Amino acid sequence: MKKDIILAGVGGQGILSIAATIGTAALSTGLFLKQAEVHGMSQRGGDVQSNLRISDREIASDLIPQGKADMIISVEPMESLRYLPMLSPDGWLVTNTKPYINIRNYPEMDKLMAEIEAQPRHIALDADEIARQMGSPKSANMVILGAASPFLDIEYSSLQDAIRSIFRKKGDDVIQVNLDALEAGRNFTTGKLNSRT
Amino acid sequence: MQKLLLLGDEAIAQGAIDAGLSGIYAYPGTPSTEITEYVMHSKEAKSGKVVASWGANEKTAMEAALGMSYAGKRAMVCMKHVGLNVAADAFVNSAITGANGGLIVVAADDPSMHSSQNEQDSRFYGKFALIPILEPGNQQEAYDMVHYGFDLSEKYGIPVMLRITTRLAHSRSGVALKESRTQNEIRLPENLRQFILLPANARRQYKHLLTNQAAFISASETSPFNKLTDHKDKSIGIIACGLAYNYLVENFAGHEVPHPVLRIGQYPLPEKMVRDLYDSCDSLLVLEDGYPIAEELIRGFMNNGKPVKGRLDGTVPRDGELNPNIVARALGLADTRGRDIPAIVSSRPPSLCKGCPHIYSYNALNEALASLSKGRVFSDIGCYTLGALEPFDAINSCVDMGASITMAKGAADAGLVPAVAVIGDSTFTHSGMTGLLDAVISKSPITVMILDNATTAMTGGQNSAAVGKIEDICLAIGVEKEHIRILNPLQKHHEENLRIMMEEIAYPGVSVVIPRRECIQTAARRLREEKKKQETSKAEA
Repeated sequence: MKKDIILAGVGGQGILSIAATIGTAALSTGLFLKQAEVHGMSQRGGDVQSNLRISDREIASDLIPQGKADMIISVEPMESLRYLPMLSPDGWLVTNTKPYINIRNYPEMDKLMAEIEAQPRHIALDADEIARQMGSPKSANMVILGAASPFLDIEYSSLQDAIRSIFRKKGDDVIQVNLDALEAGRNFTTGKLNSRT
Repeated sequence: MQKLLLLGDEAIAQGAIDAGLSGIYAYPGTPSTEITEYVMHSKEAKSGKVVASWGANEKTAMEAALGMSYAGKRAMVCMKHVGLNVAADAFVNSAITGANGGLIVVAADDPSMHSSQNEQDSRFYGKFALIPILEPGNQQEAYDMVHYGFDLSEKYGIPVMLRITTRLAHSRSGVALKESRTQNEIRLPENLRQFILLPANARRQYKHLLTNQAAFISASETSPFNKLTDHKDKSIGIIACGLAYNYLVENFAGHEVPHPVLRIGQYPLPEKMVRDLYDSCDSLLVLEDGYPIAEELIRGFMNNGKPVKGRLDGTVPRDGELNPNIVARALGLADTRGRDIPAIVSSRPPSLCKGCPHIYSYNALNEALASLSKGRVFSDIGCYTLGALEPFDAINSCVDMGASITMAKGAADAGLVPAVAVIGDSTFTHSGMTGLLDAVISKSPITVMILDNATTAMTGGQNSAAVGKIEDICLAIGVEKEHIRILNPLQKHHEENLRIMMEEIAYPGVSVVIPRRECIQTAARRLREEKKKQETSKAEA
C-alpha cells in the first residue's frame, strides 16, 4: 500500500489539520509516514502545500516525485490546479470550490471551474457551504477530508478514531461536529461515484 | 522502542535533550527556529534545567554556546544559513579555541530560497573553519547525529557543524529514541589559556587544528554515516550527500540502485572511499543539495580525470533544491512530470495579515513621501519586507539584518536626502543599533522607522529582545529626544501619523519614528491563552 498525497491551500487555511488526521490514522494502523510541510514566509496568505506520503514500506524521499501523486486534496479551487504536475495520470483531484480571494488577478470562477471539471478524475464540492449548513463553518476542512476518504485506502473507522484522538481535549461536541463533517464529505463523494455507475 | 513523529528540527532538539544537552542558544530564522522552540517547550528539558534562550542575534548565541562549552557542558547553537554570516567571527575562531564540553553548531540551509535572501551552503563554512560536518539524510539520522556529534566534539575538543536543509527541517517522520544520558558537570579546560587567542597562543592552537585534520578525515572513513555500496553497473558511480540519497533511492522504488553508491553524511569527505569509487567506475555523478562543494573538490581545477557530472557540467541544475525528478533526469531516467499548470492559475505571493499594523505604517509612509521622487526607502528582514509587494510597493531594499539603517546613511551621504530606513523591533536589536550609532555620529539626514509589533513575527512570534527598550536605546545612542516619535498604526490615526512622519522626514538629522502596535497574530494567541487560563482557573474553582 502506498498513498502519495498533495495537500494544497492558502497559508492560514489549516491544511495541516487534514494532514494530522490522515497521519494519526496511518500511524495507528502501523504504516510508515513522511510529511513535508511549509513553514515561514508563505504561511502569510501565500500558496502552501504539504507532501504527505504513507506506505506499508519504508519511504525514501520526503518529496513526492512529480507525476506520482495519487491524490491532490485542496481546500481552495485555484490552488488545486497549481499542483497538477505532481498528479499521476490516474490520480484524483479532490477540491473545495469556495475561492479564497486575496489577490487582484484571481481567475474568473466559471473558467476556474471549467478547468477543474476538465480533469478526468475529480471531486469538487463547496465544503464551506456544507459545513455552514451543518452549523459548523469551522469544520470545512473535515468535509474535504471526508470527500477524499474513499480514495485513501485507510479504514474509515481509523479516520474517525483519529478525529476522536485529535479533538479529545476539546470535548464530545467538537468531536461530533467533526465526525459529522467527515461523514457529509464522504457522502458527497460516494453519491457522485454511484451516480456515475 | 519508543517512536515519535518529529520534524527534522524537532528530531535534532530531542536528540540534543537525550544526549545530555545543558544549553541551547539561537536567534529565530526559518528553517531552524523549531529546534530551539522544541527545547523551550520540552518538559524533560525543563526538569533537567536545560537553558534555552533566544539571543539578540546569532553571534551572541554562538558566543554563549561557546561559553557553556568552555565550562565543560554540552551546548548547541542554531541558526539559518545567513545567520552563520552574522556568527562567523565567533564560529571560525571557535575552531581555533576548540571546544571543551561538546559543541554543535546547527546551520539550516535554504536551497531554493523558500524563506531567504540567498542559498549559500554552510558546508563551505564548516570546511573554512576546518571542522567536521554532519549532514543527516533523514529524521532518524538527524536525531542520531546529535549524540554522535557531541561525542565527536568531545573526543577531538572541536566544535562540530550539523548541516540541514529546509526540506529535512520541516518534514516529519517516525524517530526511534535512545536512552537519555546525563549532562556534564561543570569542568573548566585543563589549560586555562586554551581560549586566549593572542597570536602566540592562537598559532599553537591553529597548528593543533591542522594536525587534527588527518584524524577528522579518518573519522569520516569509518563513520557510520558514510557508506560505500558496490553494484554491477560501473558505467557511473554516484556520490549522494544527505537528502540526495533519498531522491536517488526513490527513483528505483524498492529495487536496488544498479550503480555503486557512496552515501555521504560526514565531512571532510572520506578520501579513500571517494578514491575507491572513482577507481572502480567509468565516471562519477555527484548529487548534493546546495552548492557543488563535493563536486568541485573531486573534479579539481584541471578536470583532467574521468568525467565528473553534477551541477558544474549542467547534469543537475546549478541552483535550487534537488528533488526526485531532477535526480531522475540526471540519471537519464524518464521524467514523470504530470500535466502542466493551467494558464489561469495566478501566483499567490504571501501578504500582510488583515489588520496588520504594518499596513497602516506603509499607507502613511507612502503618502508622506508622495511628493518626493521614488526610491528612497531602505528596508530590512521581517514581515514588513512584504511592503515590497502590491499594493504597497513601498520599499527599495532588503539585504541583510540591519542594513536598512546603514544603507539609508550611505545613500544620504551620496546625496539622497531624505532617506528612510524601515526596520522591525527585533531586527533593530539584532543588528540595527550599531548602524544607528553610525548615523547619529555622522548626523545623517535619515528617518528610521522602527516598526514595533513587540515580537519576532515572521518566524512565528518569538520574544523580541527589543520590547520596552527601543526609546531608551535610541536615546542612549544619541538620537534627540524630540525626534523620537511614537505612533499608533491604526486607520483612525492616519492623519496624525502622516503629519508626524512628514515632520520627521523633513528634519535634517537622525529621527526615529516608532509605529507601535502588537502583531495581530501574537495578540490573538495571547488572548486565546488568557481565555484558556481563565477557563481552567474557573473550572478549578
